[in-house]
Amino acid sequence: MLVSIVSYGLAVGAVYALIGITYNVMFSASRVFSFTAGMLGMLGGVLGALFINTMGMNAVLAFVLVMAAGAVLGLVTEILTVRPVLKSIEQHLYVLSTLAFALMIQQVTAIEYNTEPQPFPVLLPIDPNSWLGIVDQKFWLPVLACVVTIVGLELLYRKTLIGRAFLAIAEDSYAARALGLPETRLRMASYAIAGVIGALAGFTGAQMLLAFIGNQAILNFYGFVPVALGGMGSNRGAVIGGLALGLFQQAANFLVGGIFASVAVFAVFIIVLLLRPEGLAGAAAARRV
Amino acid sequence: MTDTAAPISATKAPTGLLGKLEGKISWIILGLVGLFLPLLDDNYIGVIAQRAYIYWVLSAGLNLVVGYAGQIAIGWVSMLTLGAYTTAALAAGRVGGVEWHPYLALIAGGAMGAVFGVIVGLPALRLRTFYFAMTTLGFATIVTQVALAWKDVTGGGVGTPGPNFPWPFEPGWGFYYFCFILAALATWITANIGASRYGRALVAIRDAEVAAEASGIAKPKLLILIFLLAGAMGGVAGGLFSSLQSYITPDAFTFEMSVLFFIGILIGGRGSILGPALGTIILTALPEFAAPLVQWSTFLYAALLLVIVLVIPGGIADLLDYKNRRPLEQHREIVPRPELLSRILDSKSELSTIALSGIALHFGGVRAIDGLDLEIRSGEVHGLIGPNGSGKTTTLNVISGYYRPNAGQLKLNGADLPFDKPYARAGYRIARTFQTPRLVGAASVLENVMIGGTIDGSGSFAEAMLSLPRHHRDEKRLKESAARALATVGLESLANVRADRLQHSELRFMEIARALMLRPAFLLLDEPAAGLSAEEIRRLGALIKAISREGTGVLLVEHHADLIFDICDRVTVLNLGKMLAAGTPAEIRSHREVVSAYLGA
Repeated sequence: MLVSIVSYGLAVGAVYALIGITYNVMFSASRVFSFTAGMLGMLGGVLGALFINTMGMNAVLAFVLVMAAGAVLGLVTEILTVRPVLKSIEQHLYVLSTLAFALMIQQVTAIEYNTEPQPFPVLLPIDPNSWLGIVDQKFWLPVLACVVTIVGLELLYRKTLIGRAFLAIAEDSYAARALGLPETRLRMASYAIAGVIGALAGFTGAQMLLAFIGNQAILNFYGFVPVALGGMGSNRGAVIGGLALGLFQQAANFLVGGIFASVAVFAVFIIVLLLRPEGLAGAAAARRV
Repeated sequence: MTDTAAPISATKAPTGLLGKLEGKISWIILGLVGLFLPLLDDNYIGVIAQRAYIYWVLSAGLNLVVGYAGQIAIGWVSMLTLGAYTTAALAAGRVGGVEWHPYLALIAGGAMGAVFGVIVGLPALRLRTFYFAMTTLGFATIVTQVALAWKDVTGGGVGTPGPNFPWPFEPGWGFYYFCFILAALATWITANIGASRYGRALVAIRDAEVAAEASGIAKPKLLILIFLLAGAMGGVAGGLFSSLQSYITPDAFTFEMSVLFFIGILIGGRGSILGPALGTIILTALPEFAAPLVQWSTFLYAALLLVIVLVIPGGIADLLDYKNRRPLEQHREIVPRPELLSRILDSKSELSTIALSGIALHFGGVRAIDGLDLEIRSGEVHGLIGPNGSGKTTTLNVISGYYRPNAGQLKLNGADLPFDKPYARAGYRIARTFQTPRLVGAASVLENVMIGGTIDGSGSFAEAMLSLPRHHRDEKRLKESAARALATVGLESLANVRADRLQHSELRFMEIARALMLRPAFLLLDEPAAGLSAEEIRRLGALIKAISREGTGVLLVEHHADLIFDICDRVTVLNLGKMLAAGTPAEIRSHREVVSAYLGA
């Protein structure tokens, strides 16, 4: 039982962490929390199942296409729902515009694909009796994806010039613009990267979570919890928070039942935020007057 | 300078019986249609109408949360779920084995909604927009999960039957009138609140939170009341819904319903009652009359939401607001009438003093204020000048309670003034204006000024909700004193114009009018002359001087040296958070360091 709690918990936690990173990448570039994070995760699974199961595509090609779709959706999100409202005096319009866009995609998926959970194919042809098959790939794939993403982002941010430009925008977008950084293009790039990460979370997690439109709301919420608790914009917080959330949820699932796990997560989320609105690791906000 | 005596009649509110009817005619038509709809004897239309009424009972309450207070409570469908299951389970005797009378069960549903409305709403007091939206969403998901899992009470996935209400609202047209009456009641209650000082305070919290605080509006208390009411209305709507559906399962309460409520309000327009009511009716009825659209209805709602947000954030109400598209007079002049001040301000016999001693405030390593002593006395204008970043506004923010200094004392007549409580300053009659005018753009100038007098109302929230006499007296008095304050600063001709149509200089005078509504013992002005013409500055100076002569202590943060030296009784010069000099204008003008550091030769 302990093994299954840990393996399942870490795997689900890795998916939450990836969705949390998706939120963060978009937030860093635009100070916007986008409801499209969960949608990307949902679509990663649905498109994967559609390409491989329904259309009979090869898994590698399907993977590439899903990532491309994620990037395109990220770009559309930026152009359609974020850029038009960034300049608005109304601070919260992005909440509504991104929610509307995510709902539209979800509805198209429901009507054109399926409203019920669909199976997701086994991606790697691994013999379950070989040493590679000791832990099911549906558990280690999301964890691997999470590790690759973190290492990739870290390399991007620390080692490349464009990565430093991302950091500059995240730190102070006015100053970055004054330095001549192409803020709009960097923001688009960030949204495309976020799209890929979100789709990656869905694609690698779908053997476990299935291809299901209902995942959108679940991932939106459970992906946001680690961001809120770990401090917005902090990928380290998102990963630690995501894994902890996954483990806690699975343990509670086994020990006291799923429904109490949900209630407990929600209660912890609310209480922590009420006590520390900036998150457990975040810093307090600035002046208002 | 041209003739200044003639008042400019830019816009006038409709007066008389006809004018009153003009505002209400849409409601009368809606009411008559609802009242006589049963004559059609069409059950199908009847059911659609009942659903629209039920949704409106919820949406009317949600409208106060979303449209007025600006809180993005997306998952409000959870209140419908809670109310429906509470009513149905109690009426069916699933709790404790006793079958509750349906009407009692409905009241219990409302109470359940009220309790959870507050619980779900509480995070709004501390959390940012998106966080709050997320918590309401998360709550809605969890309520559905609990409904699925808690089989004893909810019947799980199989569901539970909803109650039939006995006489006089038995199923059929009796129940129709029940829904109709409750929808009308919901409209009346929320319209009363919307038009009261509580409604204006909510909008002020939404659009100008710091100004609301400075006017003494305590956000937590007000929001909790609103969440309580909106939750209760959602719960009652749920109880009615369970009866209309006759059988409820968790599937009946989809997130799409939340979106429908939400979009109905946004289509209608924020801060309006009629608009959201029409929006809700249209959205409820539309899919019924366009059968092929049913499958796509949620998609269309979402698309509509996107279009509204991107194209008409103001909703239908804005589009219909033809009065505010009439052009305003081009060359307007602000002519304050300081002689009217004695009718607004209390005559103050005893003198009072705000004293700062040794105040120090650091932001990280930056010493914004570094040991400042300052005294503001009633009846005097105290100028605070200094280069940018010398701590002038920060000092003002400490006095008005936005910042807690690291050291030092702040006393009013010898007693400590509490820090960290900006909304409590109004009670001490300490008013202020802001460097950037803080206004409710969509409200009229008069309403903006009325916000300043919020704490002087005596009617309770319940009295406002039920439109009782004390509330009417409050409104009358507030309106009169706001009109007087506007006349005093010279803006009475613009009283009924939307505030966001005003010029910058007019907004500065409007802020002063709003501050005067407090009958301030102390008035803190943050660069009131910035952006004003020379003539306007002269008039502003005369007005400020006159205010101080009525016994009000004025602290004037300014860059215009002429204005400072013209009207100030005493001047303090700041540099790098420290006092560089203090004294009469004449002393300051000849102070060598001040001249070299700030004024220039």
